[in-house]
Amino acid sequence: MSDQSPNPSCGTAGPIAPTGHAPIRLEMLSQPMYLAGARDLVSAVAKRLGFTDLSCSQIALAVDEALCNIIRHGYQRRTDGPIWISLWPLESPAALKIVIEDEARQVDPATIKSRDLADIRPGGLGVHIIKEVMDEVTYEHRPVAGMRLTLVKRRDAAQQAGAA
Amino acid sequence: MADDVFKFTLEEIPSAGPGAWLLRPRGEIAYSEAPIFRSTIKSVFDKGPRKFVVDMSGIDYMNTPGLAALVEALQTARRNQIKFILFGLNERVMAIFEIARLNRVFDIKPDEASAIAG
Repeated sequence: MSDQSPNPSCGTAGPIAPTGHAPIRLEMLSQPMYLAGARDLVSAVAKRLGFTDLSCSQIALAVDEALCNIIRHGYQRRTDGPIWISLWPLESPAALKIVIEDEARQVDPATIKSRDLADIRPGGLGVHIIKEVMDEVTYEHRPVAGMRLTLVKRRDAAQQAGAA
Repeated sequence: MADDVFKFTLEEIPSAGPGAWLLRPRGEIAYSEAPIFRSTIKSVFDKGPRKFVVDMSGIDYMNTPGLAALVEALQTARRNQIKFILFGLNERVMAIFEIARLNRVFDIKPDEASAIAG
């Protein structure tokens, strides 16, 4: 299977049309009650792709943190904002690519940083956890509205052997 | 909704002397549950404890809103010279502490006996 990137020329309402359909796409509203379902789906897909249980839970955690940030900071706790989660299994190297899109407030991707962990205080850890858990993390503006977060998690050699 | 996935019990620990409390949350501490968890923790601090132990063994899932509630609790405990101890973290929950490098900040004991004695 090849990597099928979203088409950046499409920026109207709704998810960015990919050059090929994501095998799995979830559309949800920015309502906290749906977060558990989203992370269960991501974890289950990762499991089917041969990721270890710990990796599955960490991928789901990264997605959960991203969704929490969209709801809290992007939509500022509005519950009617659309969020699209698309999943692509990649083969060379074996990986799971996750694209999360929204129509929330746009922020400069350069300002999305994890904070200094030596500063012990509540909050601000979500981005750090996403970057720590995933192999690739890219924030960008969608052309018309909202943000797009692309996450990639590669299966390491031990996981691939276990899945074989 | 959050009430369905987050429950807790609170008990005094007579063997640890006066002012020792044991909180046993169960379920998930995520975005929806973290405010309830935070107010539960506050209700324990309102009792003026000398020691505050949290049994995390009933927590299946936690993310950074839950972690933030615990960091807040740790700060309150430090300000008021209260012993604040966690135990019973499962592998997934411990992984979050490790990723955030908070496993070295919190007093985390391996089991209930050492947490109560600690």
